[in-house]
Amino acid sequence: MGDTGFYIFGALSVVGALLMVTARNPLHGVLWLVVSFLGFAGLFGGLGAHFLAAIQILVYAGAILVLFLFVIMLLNLRPDDVSRMPALSLRGGAGGFLLGVGGFCAVVGMVVLGVPGGAFPRKVFPLDGPGGGAAEIAGPLFSEFLLPFEAVSLLLLAAIVGAVALTKRRLP
Amino acid sequence: MIALAALPPVTVDHYVLLSALLFAIGLVGVLFRRNVLIVLMSLELMLSAANLAFVAFSRMHGNLQGQVMAFFSIAVAAAEAAVALSILIALWRARGGVLVDDAAEMKG
Repeated sequence: MGDTGFYIFGALSVVGALLMVTARNPLHGVLWLVVSFLGFAGLFGGLGAHFLAAIQILVYAGAILVLFLFVIMLLNLRPDDVSRMPALSLRGGAGGFLLGVGGFCAVVGMVVLGVPGGAFPRKVFPLDGPGGGAAEIAGPLFSEFLLPFEAVSLLLLAAIVGAVALTKRRLP
Repeated sequence: MIALAALPPVTVDHYVLLSALLFAIGLVGVLFRRNVLIVLMSLELMLSAANLAFVAFSRMHGNLQGQVMAFFSIAVAAAEAAVALSILIALWRARGGVLVDDAAEMKG
């Protein structure tokens, strides 16, 4: 499964991402991003992170992107609004394109030439890596990373309060 | 299947290159698009590409710390999406548009 799955799901995630970035209608962009995240979930499964693959579908494709769809429907973007949206901003576009291509070339160079420290072994993955099931993840999550876990819960609470405060209508 | 058998075996390099490619696509989307919805979706794509590198290195080192970091990253991405979309709704109410240019009044 490993190698063939990498090429299939990798192609799926890249194609979905490219079509999302170039979509004129944000609704189509959300649907293409779902395709891309399904590819991500397949890649996580191929790496043995099975629980993370399930979370990728449940939280990203299921919750976050449905939130995007809700906002698109809430804003009631009519077809003429969608069509008069400029797809690309050319002034920032050239800089963004150069930055993206430059960053990608930097990573390609690091992989091909090696990093100065030499800590980049070009090796095939071990077959008997640690499992990524729910039980295996829960061990470090609730012992070694307990403090960051609680910090994330505070962050989520702050995000809930912030979202309610930002969208509340002011009473006259 | 038969055609893919001729390709070299998949190493951690492949995953890092794929992660960098997806991150670059997201970066171009953030800097290239004017629609705030597409910009936010590109941000989610960049966070997810970083997660892919985390999980690949976690597998390479044979421990689970990278996967736990990816969980925290997903939680942060959810919080970011909720707050950013409520800012978007506030922008829509104040300006009647969802383009980046609608919030350009402080531009010097």
